[in-house]
Amino acid sequence: MISNMARKTPKPALALDEARLRQQAIGAQLRLMFEEVVKEPVPEDFLELLRQADSDPDIH
Amino acid sequence: MPDPSNDKSAQSQRDGEFKRGLLPLIPQLRAFARTLAGDPTAADDLAQDALMKAWDARASFEIGTNMKAWTFMILRNQFYSEKRRSWRQAQLDQETAERTLIAVDDPLAPLSLDELRQGLGMLPAEQREALILVGAGGFAYEEAAAICGCAVGTVKSRVSRARRALQSILERGEYDRDGRAADEAMGSILAQAERLSGAR
Repeated sequence: MISNMARKTPKPALALDEARLRQQAIGAQLRLMFEEVVKEPVPEDFLELLRQADSDPDIH
Repeated sequence: MPDPSNDKSAQSQRDGEFKRGLLPLIPQLRAFARTLAGDPTAADDLAQDALMKAWDARASFEIGTNMKAWTFMILRNQFYSEKRRSWRQAQLDQETAERTLIAVDDPLAPLSLDELRQGLGMLPAEQREALILVGAGGFAYEEAAAICGCAVGTVKSRVSRARRALQSILERGEYDRDGRAADEAMGSILAQAERLSGAR
């Protein structure tokens, strides 16, 4: 029981370090998740929508 | 030299500039919509609606201000006005029920996008969007506050709560798998109950 507790509770500094590393991993992955969609080619519908928007059609 | 034809060409020049400003924002709007609506098709519908709303409201855009933040705000308002929120939540609850989180034994081990999406889905909507705007969208706290229509301090606290909650959700996935934490918690409750009853 005691050894179990000792294993479960790491030294504070280590726990803090680990938390920071996990936060960094989460942050990096969050940006990656967003960037994955940003990098997708823009569907033609979107460009068509802008092209057809009223006023001057000279964007392309 | 005020001349109506000049006005018209000035207007069309502004419109052209506006379109050229919108064009590079489309990928960003699609990415933000995906985090709100989840399903890629629904997200693209949302992004297209927002794009048209932005175009229709172009006269109210102040040239020189942050167009990205302005369009994100339009997209967000569009999302909530369509009340997709409850639909999204129902979908996430189902997804969460159907899958289990996978362990992150090593803090340096790559976290899969799937795990992250599941974890994000478990956060309250306000926390999720604050974290995404600041942590992925590249917005300053002040800009995120303008987009969400709340105070800067509120955004800061939502982001920090979201970070902590996400971390603990992802760690809980690990505990859920081997069940050790649950057993230990139960064991300590029993031990405490024993001590209490023995002390009397």
